[in-house]
Amino acid sequence: MVARRENESAPTKNRTTSERKSARELVITRTFDAPVRLVFEAWTTPELFRQWWVPKSSGATLLSCEQDVRVGGSYRLQLAHPRAATPMTFFGRYLEVVPNARLVWTNDESADGAVTTVTFEEKDGKTLLVMRELYPSKQALDMTIEGMDEAMPETFEQLDDFLVTRGVGAERT
Amino acid sequence: MVNTDTDAARHLRQRQLYFPWPAVDAHVILNRMAQYSQARFNVSFAALSDPVRRGVLEQLMRADASVTVLAERFHMTLTGMRKHIGVLEQAELVTTEKVGRVRSCKLGPRRLEEEAAWIENYRQLWAARFDALDTVIEELKRKEKRDGRKKRE
Repeated sequence: MVARRENESAPTKNRTTSERKSARELVITRTFDAPVRLVFEAWTTPELFRQWWVPKSSGATLLSCEQDVRVGGSYRLQLAHPRAATPMTFFGRYLEVVPNARLVWTNDESADGAVTTVTFEEKDGKTLLVMRELYPSKQALDMTIEGMDEAMPETFEQLDDFLVTRGVGAERT
Repeated sequence: MVNTDTDAARHLRQRQLYFPWPAVDAHVILNRMAQYSQARFNVSFAALSDPVRRGVLEQLMRADASVTVLAERFHMTLTGMRKHIGVLEQAELVTTEKVGRVRSCKLGPRRLEEEAAWIENYRQLWAARFDALDTVIEELKRKEKRDGRKKRE
């Protein structure tokens, strides 16, 4: 019954935007049809957070999730993925916590990790969420984006297989 | 020469699994391929098959550089580096411009397309996440309404 009601209200029309704002910064925005207090609650309560942070489409599973949401407090997420031999751990510290307004945390699993700032702004009962990921250098962000290339050899192998089975491997010159 | 910090490399691998690229799917690659001719693809594959040329691309991601500077960095003759740059230019991975007596190299349109594709994938990950968050929030809203009714009763 609950599931049916979710379908009826299907609140998926709000558009998520992403942009590289500068050499070192990525910005994501999204509006939610709810007052700030609910968005903030869903973000900062571990039982709620774990229901949405790892989307099913990513193929990953959240093994554990600890959040001590206060200034200086830490968080730790463990994820499993069919393509990872061992679980991946993401961790860091909260630098700023302003209830219903602002969260800032570090991403300490890498020396090149970004500092993430999320702001929540309420207007007419809706919440505008802006997330900024500020990398320590242009190179660090470029490297993150470059990650795509690291996957390429595997991609090329898959492509080879595909082409061979399709019989288009033979080159025409 | 192209010395990737191992910590950063590990982080990258983590992120790739965390944010899996649709591009890893061969069908997506094939769709993209359909936009290019077979010949064009051979040019790209050939361009990326050489470690020096991959190093040059990495270098140019950090900053534009002249052919002379690149030749020095990769311990090559100017002629040798010009050949590599020529191959990268043909694949549209690099563009060059002559300013005075210096030929300056920068990333070409293909690299920028790739960056745009990455940012779009990144957006899709967050869109999926936020759609799931919507569901959690809707549940909270309903709960508040129920609790509110109870209080009034």
